[in-house]
Amino acid sequence: MEKRYFNPKIELLPREELGALQLKKLKKIINKVYKRVPHYRKKFEEAGVKPSHLKTLEDIRHFPFTTKEDLFVDYPFGLLAEPLEKVVRLHTSSGTTGKPKALFFSRKDVMAQAELIARSLVMSGATSGDILQNSMTYGLFTGALVMHYGAELLGMLVIPAGPGNTERQIELMRTFGTTCIHMTPSYALYVASLIQEKGLKPGKDLKLKRAYLGAEPYTEETRRKIEEMLKVDVFNCYGLSEMGGPGVGFECPVKEGLHLWEDAFLVEIVNPENGEPVKPGEVGELVLTSLNREAMPLIRYRTRDLTRFIPEPCSCGRTHVRIARILGRADDMFIVRGVNIFPQQIEGVLMGIKGVAQNYQIILEGYDEMTVKVEIDRDFFDGRIERLLKLKEEITEKLRQAIQVRPKVELVEPGTLPVSEGKAKRVIDKRTL
Amino acid sequence: MKIKQISVFLENKKGRLYEALKALAQAGVNIRALSIADTSDFGILRMIVNNPELAKKALEEAGFTTKITNVIAVGVKDEPGGLAEVLKILYENDINVEYVYAFVEKSGEEALVVLRTNNLEKTIDLLQEKGIKLFDSKAVENL
Repeated sequence: MEKRYFNPKIELLPREELGALQLKKLKKIINKVYKRVPHYRKKFEEAGVKPSHLKTLEDIRHFPFTTKEDLFVDYPFGLLAEPLEKVVRLHTSSGTTGKPKALFFSRKDVMAQAELIARSLVMSGATSGDILQNSMTYGLFTGALVMHYGAELLGMLVIPAGPGNTERQIELMRTFGTTCIHMTPSYALYVASLIQEKGLKPGKDLKLKRAYLGAEPYTEETRRKIEEMLKVDVFNCYGLSEMGGPGVGFECPVKEGLHLWEDAFLVEIVNPENGEPVKPGEVGELVLTSLNREAMPLIRYRTRDLTRFIPEPCSCGRTHVRIARILGRADDMFIVRGVNIFPQQIEGVLMGIKGVAQNYQIILEGYDEMTVKVEIDRDFFDGRIERLLKLKEEITEKLRQAIQVRPKVELVEPGTLPVSEGKAKRVIDKRTL
Repeated sequence: MKIKQISVFLENKKGRLYEALKALAQAGVNIRALSIADTSDFGILRMIVNNPELAKKALEEAGFTTKITNVIAVGVKDEPGGLAEVLKILYENDINVEYVYAFVEKSGEEALVVLRTNNLEKTIDLLQEKGIKLFDSKAVENL
């Protein structure tokens, strides 16, 4: 495989030098927010820390976290570290209650994030000859615009399709010979099913090569399904508006985790319960500090996204750390018999078992008893009880291996559990303590 | 000589058996034989009916998961040892019985049982060779 890099100097920077670069940037940004953002100064003072306390990267642990609640202090301009004259763009991110988070970008911020996207696209094998159909939502959401700027920076032809109107999406793909798409995994599944329905043959009638899928967690099985249906390479991309949108983390062709651009972010993974760093390779909450952001830097931002470090160096040559695909939200995590478990772990196991339909439900009750209800696949049922008992045993054993807790598995009729789209309620906790 | 049996996956939930039987009743399906195999959280309802395809359609429209499989209907003497005589033949020929259950109706002097083994072809040959009476689907439908 030919190896190409958008910014080889930074992408291949030896780890020691990368660390030194991070420390230099971190000191600068900590100083800046201390001086210019009253809320940060107050938080630092309450925690008893000063910028001068930061001597090594590890010292960041003594500085307080930023949570989404902090984004609503002195709303909406309170966390700005630059005067409004330097701000060129607003994006928002929907909050669960009331007001949206307001995120501001300077011209430099916009271009810096575009570079992260350009690096990521080149990493996936794309060139300026590619045609990107951008089917994320344009507007207040960062997803589409940030990708748009990055793809233009690389020199791709960008089709700003936006989401929806699937008939037209497919028409655009055929007319202009789209080679790359950017959308959510659930929409990609929908588009793929409509393409099949129309009798179109991806690989023949369509020129798709790559799909950049993100904005919601999905499993390896879903990736394979989409790759198979659309005859594309699927690259998992990760971002959040608070950190500038997409481009924060991106898969390389090795597809074993996402590289996080460490010249732009200081990356930590902590136990969501107590904020302490987890052991290398252990699952925890991703915490990011923006090292480049000019207008609105955030220090130790709790993303609420669960992942783990992949500590081994990557064969693609890039020195920037890798994380596993996002396993779920810290808020979804539950604890059974002292073990931290999140629904996506269960989902990942179930999707890999033949005979299981899409939906499942986790019920916690009594003295820490965990029941997993699983819908059986209609086509799997052959009237034999042994086959179902074997399936039940297989599910129980594979779940036990994955989560270290032996659940009670119940097979239920297909179509009886809530549909697994979006934010379906997966965990029902009836335990009373 | 095989006859069709319809199997229904039943979750262990209140009213589920009733709903299955209601769907069959509304479709005008008549049940000739019935058994339920159950575990702690699910069961399988197995039936011989007068119209298996209609039964399957009615059940699936009501949301049930079903499967039509082959079994055989055996006439056994309605006297002590009648069924044992049949099972002895299978046992001596190394055929495993997966399940067996009885029809509601008799056919003349004979009791009817549904039989499923690990080798239906061989079972049919053996029983016919020994003069055991088997019923085809037409005979079962006309009971």
